Amino acid sequence: MKSSFRNFPELKMLIAESMNTQAEEKTFLLEKVLKNLTGEFLKEELEQVSLLKREKVTSPVIYIGTGSCGMTAGALPTLLAIRKFLENNKIIARIVECGCIGFCSEEPIVDVHLPGKARISFRKVTEENVEDILSGIFNRNVNEDHVLGQYKSVPSETWTNVQFIDQIPFFSLQQKIILKNSGFVSPFSIHDAIARGGYKSFYKTILSYTPEKVCDIVELSELKGRGGGGFSTGKKWKVTLTTAGDQKYLICNAEESDPGAFMDRAILEGDPHRLLEGIAIASYAIGASYAYIYIRSDYPRALNILEEAIKQAKEYEILGQDIFGSGYNLNISIRQSAGAFVCGEETALIRSLEGKRGTPWAKPPYPAESGLFGQPTIVNNVETLANIPVILENGPSWFKGIGSKTSKGTKLFSITGNIQNSGCIEVPMGTKLSDIINHIGGGIKGGKKLKAIQIGGPSGVCIPASNLDVEIGYESLEEIGAVIGSGGLSVLDETVCMVDLSRYFMEFLQKESCGKCIPCREGTKRMLEILEGITKRPREESTHETLERFKGVVQLENLAEVLHDTSLCGLGQHSANPLLSSLKWFREEFEEHIFDRRCSASVCRDMRTFYIEVDACNGCNVCQKKCPENAIIGVAKIPHFIVENKCNGCGICFEVCKFNAIIVK
Amino acid sequence: MEEEVENIIRKYPAGKKDNLIPLLQEIQKKAGHLSDNAVHEVSRHMKIPLNKIYGVASFYDQFRFGNKGRFHIQICQGTACHIFRSTTFKSEIEKILQIKAGNTTKDGKFSFEVVYCLGACSNAPVMVINGTTIGNLTIEKLFQELSRIKNANS
Repeated sequence: MKSSFRNFPELKMLIAESMNTQAEEKTFLLEKVLKNLTGEFLKEELEQVSLLKREKVTSPVIYIGTGSCGMTAGALPTLLAIRKFLENNKIIARIVECGCIGFCSEEPIVDVHLPGKARISFRKVTEENVEDILSGIFNRNVNEDHVLGQYKSVPSETWTNVQFIDQIPFFSLQQKIILKNSGFVSPFSIHDAIARGGYKSFYKTILSYTPEKVCDIVELSELKGRGGGGFSTGKKWKVTLTTAGDQKYLICNAEESDPGAFMDRAILEGDPHRLLEGIAIASYAIGASYAYIYIRSDYPRALNILEEAIKQAKEYEILGQDIFGSGYNLNISIRQSAGAFVCGEETALIRSLEGKRGTPWAKPPYPAESGLFGQPTIVNNVETLANIPVILENGPSWFKGIGSKTSKGTKLFSITGNIQNSGCIEVPMGTKLSDIINHIGGGIKGGKKLKAIQIGGPSGVCIPASNLDVEIGYESLEEIGAVIGSGGLSVLDETVCMVDLSRYFMEFLQKESCGKCIPCREGTKRMLEILEGITKRPREESTHETLERFKGVVQLENLAEVLHDTSLCGLGQHSANPLLSSLKWFREEFEEHIFDRRCSASVCRDMRTFYIEVDACNGCNVCQKKCPENAIIGVAKIPHFIVENKCNGCGICFEVCKFNAIIVK
Repeated sequence: MEEEVENIIRKYPAGKKDNLIPLLQEIQKKAGHLSDNAVHEVSRHMKIPLNKIYGVASFYDQFRFGNKGRFHIQICQGTACHIFRSTTFKSEIEKILQIKAGNTTKDGKFSFEVVYCLGACSNAPVMVINGTTIGNLTIEKLFQELSRIKNANS
């Protein structure tokens, strides 16, 4: 579990420090900002808001991204080094721990905002170079190796020769709506959130709209579920609103368990109050007084942040009984998932919340009519709910103005894999996939060739490099047989073997199949066996076994179709998606594995053999020592030799050789 | 420890079956795993049959019935880590520790498990030892870390 930073006492101290709980600030924010529906301010109030938003600062402010991604990259040692630097130089500055700005591959990112100057951002700030960078910037010298860019802000003087953040290719095509505050607010401070307009839509909603009106607005906005289903959110809400029930529930699905997807985490860790506001509005719209957040157990930091955010919202009477004197009550509680991929499916999630095994049920009844404890229940994804406050704030026609003809709004993607810039991005629907990969992503790492994009994780499909012109959107992706899924984008270059990747996803799904319905339980197992048969070298295979293997291959497509048609839930129905799409676009790779017993990407372990290039080997003995099979023979200072029969293809020699003397065939 | 577990159990009202998972989670957080005794106690208190509790607990990846090792090693097999060939690391760890993923060595020193995505994809491949994440893993780094903890006393 990602709990490395949970145990640090220093961090707790910092968290306490970053929380500003002055009573006047609270009254000001609640009375003058949150409840100010006209948006008009007196001059001194405007000044105060600008200070609270930190658009204008009176003493230096240092921002550090301490999301999980930043922490993995080493943000904690950096943070401690910053504190030490400030202490040693007797500088009084405020440190704000914030969420990720999305540029994960450049983490740890540290921003410095000096009074009168524009906020400037530095990349890859480690323990070692903190002193250099900070002492430089405090003396008005910009460290050119580490500068990322500066933010545009009107009253401040800009830095010369530093590009603006929004001109950097990674950011220039992005349109931040949901992640607008991430990287600016401290997720531990409700004051930061309210100063930037947090909970204003909720206030307006419960005082001036009926639940029906809220459902109408959301339906008009054409917002569709971002968890992968793509069903109209407003329509779904209306079903629950009109169904009679003693107690209705809203569940926020934060069980983000697609490997390679971390968009929801970015919201949870960057701007938790936006999510809480979305949950509050949605609960009001469907008439629920109880909401659950079902969060993934591998996100300990997000959990801490959410717990703190809920506590603060209760303290400020934004959640609880008779909210803002409207008579509406809402209680939000967090439930930690116990780790099961299938619980991302709404009916399985509900079973899990009831304290049972997380197995789905056949719909209908839909949860919107009969869900948690048999009551009308709405299950919405984190990203869907995070969209709600802005829709209520700016109206449905504003939201419809963003995106493409058929898909509205923005979409978060996490881009990972063999790509230059990885991280979490927010782009309007209708953005071209090629722009995401080549412009935002900065192209493929190490000058290799792009092979395919895997979109949507284990239930998603791959899109070959030739189809890169496609626009992001529900319908446009469907045209080429792809799905938007939850938003994981894995970029694959030529070193990836599509057969191996299909096998990998099948292995994952087979492990995660809940076992309730037979097609999925048995089908995924059989498909995995067939794929394993393809990727293994038949060392001593009898004719009968060969026949069986070929029979399996012939049945693979058929089996995939049966699973799609007969499985109970999305996990089974879509389990063959990665495989079928790989078969469609990369059939020759499968054939190569089946007939030639060869893996041209040299990934499949059983199908590769390593050789030593005699001219390059200087006989350093390293590979010989590390070979687990003792397959390498030779004496020191004389080129070695790999015994082919003993080699198991593990590739350790290849990894450890410093002279590029090991080649793979 | 048993007393502490009992205290946890008593905090939860008897009839509310939907509390089962949070209760088991809290016990495991305290005790490190779910012992037979603890599960029996839960069954008596919550009035849920023992087989149902095991049915639920064994369904979810989080629950363990044996203790973790002193060094708990996790290797990420998310999509990004897989692309960067983390499977090699998995089989190497299994070979060096001589246990399969999901088990603990007999001397209780090491336990090893595979996890699917820690969300640290930009540092892939990733390994975690006792909560400390090691990113951009290479085979040499792996050997180094393993020999470091193999030689450690505590």
